[in-house]
Amino acid sequence: MTAQQSAPAPAESVQPPAEVVVSPTSRARVRPRGSRKELAVWYLMRVTAVALFVLALGHFSILHFIWDPAAQNAEFIQDERWNSIFWRGFDWLLLTTVIIHAFLGVRTVVLDYIRWPVVRTGSLWLLYVVGIVLFILGTQVIVTIPLEALTSGM
Amino acid sequence: MRVPLTARYRPRAGMVAWAFHRISGVGIFAFILLHVIDIYLVGANPNMYDDLLAFYASIPGRLLEVVLGAALLYHALNGLRIVIIDLWPAMTVYHRQLWQATWIIFIVVGVPGALIILRPVWLPLLQQLGLA
Repeated sequence: MTAQQSAPAPAESVQPPAEVVVSPTSRARVRPRGSRKELAVWYLMRVTAVALFVLALGHFSILHFIWDPAAQNAEFIQDERWNSIFWRGFDWLLLTTVIIHAFLGVRTVVLDYIRWPVVRTGSLWLLYVVGIVLFILGTQVIVTIPLEALTSGM
Repeated sequence: MRVPLTARYRPRAGMVAWAFHRISGVGIFAFILLHVIDIYLVGANPNMYDDLLAFYASIPGRLLEVVLGAALLYHALNGLRIVIIDLWPAMTVYHRQLWQATWIIFIVVGVPGALIILRPVWLPLLQQLGLA
């Protein structure tokens, strides 16, 4: 037995299932067994995927096909696009689902390619911190831009 | 133990679906980072946001938006195909048709979408030729 084998793995908590099985038909990971966390991630990816099919494609279509980028600036966002609780709610829901989906997706990429435990753990922590910071920044701007529709009548 | 990528994922016909999904996913991830930060500027520094939007509206910006839109559309359609097969295993029988449908919808929706985004590229050309 070598020292390497007996040394405890420092990143035990982030080890993926021993064997990653890819579905021969969908080319995605098959439903994980034996790990509640991995199963939860698997479902969360699919639930947010369906939500994003509507939210992300809707958002892209509205801001590229209905409104041309040439007609957009900070004033447009404040006075037109976000002058409605519905569209702010829509964009906040998009922010929330996209952050969950994108960061869990890149988590899978990190687990696939980064084998060295220290780098793997560090990358995952960095990923989660960046995800949380982005969620806070995005939420802050959606919530704090004054809403003309509400304040102009007062 | 290191297993080479090619052995882990066994590249067959569907390998294309997997590779495009991963490449488009990482690309969209990069744009999400940029996009949350740029929208944060609406509150923090509106002038900087306006400068960035002027780039988005330029021809190079529009070409990048077409690439982003293509990545988004492929990832969405292929993702839906994955969800259908994974959560509704009976659809496995039709996996070939689902894969073909992915590309048909990609072209039917994507080409007009790209033409709308690239209007400032082709419209002046048509006008010069006296066709519009």
